[in-house]
Amino acid sequence: MAIVDTAATVRGPAKPKVTVKDLKGKVDPDWCPGCGDFGVLAALKQAMAELGLQPHEVLTISGIGCSSNLPGYLNTYGMHTLHGRAVAVATGAQLANHELKIVATGGDGDGYGIGGNHFVHAMRRNVDLTYIVMNNQVYGLTTGQLSPTSVKGMQTKSTPFGSVENPINPIPLAIAAGATYVARGFTGQQKHLVELIKGGLEHKGFALIDAFSPCVTYNHDNTNEFFKQRTRKLEEMGHDPTNFQAAMQQGCQWGEVIPIGLFWKREDLPTLDQLEPVLSDGGPLAHRPLGVAPEIAQALINELM
Amino acid sequence: MKRIDLAIGIGGAAGQGIATPGDILARIFVRRGLHVNAYNAYQSIIRGGHIFLTLRTSDQPVLSYGDKLDVLLPLNQDTMNRHLRLMRAGSAVLFNSDTIKPGAAAEGVQLCPFSVKALAPTIRGDLVQNTIALAAVLRLIKVEFEILEEIVTLQFRRKGAAAVAENVGVARAGYDHAAAHFTALPFSLPDPAKPLAFFEGNQALAMGGAASGVRFYCAYPMSPSSGVLHWMARHARQLGIMVRQVEDEIGVINMAIGAAHTGCRAMCATSGGGFALMSEALGAAAMMEIPVVCINVQRAGPATGVPTKTEQGDLWQVLGAGQGDYPRIIVAPTSIVDCFKIVPQLFNLVDKFQCPGIILSDLLLSEGRSSIDPAELEFNVPIDRGDVIGLNGHATPVNGNYKRYLITESGISARAVAGTPGHVHVVATDEHDEDGVLISDEFTDPHKRQAMHEKRMRKMDGVLPLLPPPALFGAADARVTLLGWGSTEGVIREAIGQLADAGISANNLQIKWLVPLHADAILSILSACAKVIIVENNYSGQFARYLRSETGFAADGHIRKYDGEPFMPHHIVEGVNAILAGSTKLYVPVHEIQV
Repeated sequence: MAIVDTAATVRGPAKPKVTVKDLKGKVDPDWCPGCGDFGVLAALKQAMAELGLQPHEVLTISGIGCSSNLPGYLNTYGMHTLHGRAVAVATGAQLANHELKIVATGGDGDGYGIGGNHFVHAMRRNVDLTYIVMNNQVYGLTTGQLSPTSVKGMQTKSTPFGSVENPINPIPLAIAAGATYVARGFTGQQKHLVELIKGGLEHKGFALIDAFSPCVTYNHDNTNEFFKQRTRKLEEMGHDPTNFQAAMQQGCQWGEVIPIGLFWKREDLPTLDQLEPVLSDGGPLAHRPLGVAPEIAQALINELM
Repeated sequence: MKRIDLAIGIGGAAGQGIATPGDILARIFVRRGLHVNAYNAYQSIIRGGHIFLTLRTSDQPVLSYGDKLDVLLPLNQDTMNRHLRLMRAGSAVLFNSDTIKPGAAAEGVQLCPFSVKALAPTIRGDLVQNTIALAAVLRLIKVEFEILEEIVTLQFRRKGAAAVAENVGVARAGYDHAAAHFTALPFSLPDPAKPLAFFEGNQALAMGGAASGVRFYCAYPMSPSSGVLHWMARHARQLGIMVRQVEDEIGVINMAIGAAHTGCRAMCATSGGGFALMSEALGAAAMMEIPVVCINVQRAGPATGVPTKTEQGDLWQVLGAGQGDYPRIIVAPTSIVDCFKIVPQLFNLVDKFQCPGIILSDLLLSEGRSSIDPAELEFNVPIDRGDVIGLNGHATPVNGNYKRYLITESGISARAVAGTPGHVHVVATDEHDEDGVLISDEFTDPHKRQAMHEKRMRKMDGVLPLLPPPALFGAADARVTLLGWGSTEGVIREAIGQLADAGISANNLQIKWLVPLHADAILSILSACAKVIIVENNYSGQFARYLRSETGFAADGHIRKYDGEPFMPHHIVEGVNAILAGSTKLYVPVHEIQV
């Protein structure tokens, strides 16, 4: 089985150097001043530049929401799809051209709410893509309603008396569902976030990077300051990301200490495209010639005789 | 004129093995160059219920499953009870007299009992009944025993020589029993001629996809569309097609769109319920201008409806699928072979016009089976990928001046596939500018919005001239014009033959390309017709309403059926008679056989 090492290919010596400036999109973000998403965009561009990813080799796919506007602010191929559908579109694109570097981006409502079904199934399939979720624990673009990661008791426009529901915890969910790289970052820790995204982009398999990206307009509980006080880097806590139990345990922590960093990584599982015999040789499906060879066409007809 | 016209009905409970004798009979017929049409009435049940296969063969193309049976093969008492009363003089009913009692038959119906216990005392199991029944039927229609011997040998080869000998012996006993006790029917196999192929509509759709160069196919199982998935899955490795079963239909269409954006031809199939879930993404494909083909195999709705029964009830769903106005091409194949032929045509159109294409099939076509001259299955079809950049992975850079949504007279802009050097851009489901930048949130830019909307919609003007306008079948001055769309073509044309025998001249206008619609051409044809009756398989006259909205034309009468079963020719004949007699403007036939 041919395994295409995209990361190794794009770091080849013939490639021109890519700077953060090269990765700047056609327009500037229209996010609220102080939005955490600026930090995710900056970290993603930095990670791509450090890995030397050429703009045309990357396809960045988002859903709908404030954070899903990201592809427009990035100079790579981009698809700004429907609410919740980024991961489904990304799966199709990855299988159709497995030489592209696929990045999916979006928010917590987009990925863990309306897109929850695609999210879970893409992880069990170990689709080779990097999924960055800008998690602000609130719906921003619809002006401040409960999100799947809003904490119990949170008061929003749709829960004026406080939410009675438990939130989704994406970290243990992703580990249990089969993601092979599960990390959490915080936009207030840029260098750390860049490293986590780089790790995700280099990882062969489904990489989730849940990034705390505080909403300065609609979430006054989970603020920059809130995370600054609580987040602790797993890398400084002696965490072993190959230890399943420890990863689940750390992923479930939420309180005075909220761990960030790489929770879980395994490299022994093949990705969906590696498992698919149709891709074993012949290059990306997207570039293969169309048409059915006459002897195969005859065989298909013979089946009907 | 038809020299041969024979219909055989085989009925029983699900799990009784009706398909095997049906397949064997069909193969015997098509190998001798006879035409075959088969329709299987069944329910959403894996064991039990009542399954009834009608297999009709002729030396002429078989347009429908017909009105009558010549041979009935009830494999259980229930089938006997339901169908015997419909058997007419000259027909034969073969049954296992150990377990089935015939009841009262009409004058001239030949009852042909056989005892499985007596003919096959040593073989256990229910399926031996089928072997004996098949042998008796073949004797009744004077098929040589050697043909059956060969089939039984093939069927039991894997179980060893003893099993082969035993089952051939049983077949021989059934065959000889029929020779001794039953009167043969006036039918005999013709001399060997050019053999025909035999396939179902879903296979035809899948093969049409393969011929088109589909490289990505995904689906969520849903009757009656799953046959496309099954064919694709079985042939995926042979043909180099990525075939995936996906978590839901929303995922299906979105994956197909993702694949198509990289340059693959991508296709998916579902039924009405799954199609409803795909609606929003079809609009997304149109907005991002990504070509994708979606097949909706209609079944009786609404909601879960009658999952194993046919209907033409999704026309307005596909016409209006998704929010907003967007360009889409909709085609309803008119026969099983048409299912094969329209797929490459539609792919060329959606590639050229960069929009979604919808194929509106139904259970009758998709699960119906038909013989076909193998020469008609042409895989070497013209392929036109339209104005596309970078399909081979290389393209000349354009110094950053590439505009994905360049406003043009035709509305078509060059489409660079993701991964192409020098053409980096973002596609968006939000309204956008020529270069793909979002304008949806820009402070008052109605002019850009209007220009982009018009650019997309303008593409439809280019589609219509590429579609063949519909044409009348039959005499232009006929007394009655039967107007249908999609799958009803065969049964309407058979009804026209019956009407002619009764002295009523009728012709047919069958509509295949629904969107865009050749409204002017249709109106001009219909305006010259004496009396127009619209025939469709739904309650509300969905096509009649669509035609009226597009042309202002109101038909003189309507024949509609929405009980789940397809039209039989005589339903249409009776409807025409009733409407001509002035007794009604809307005729709804009552289906005779309780299946």
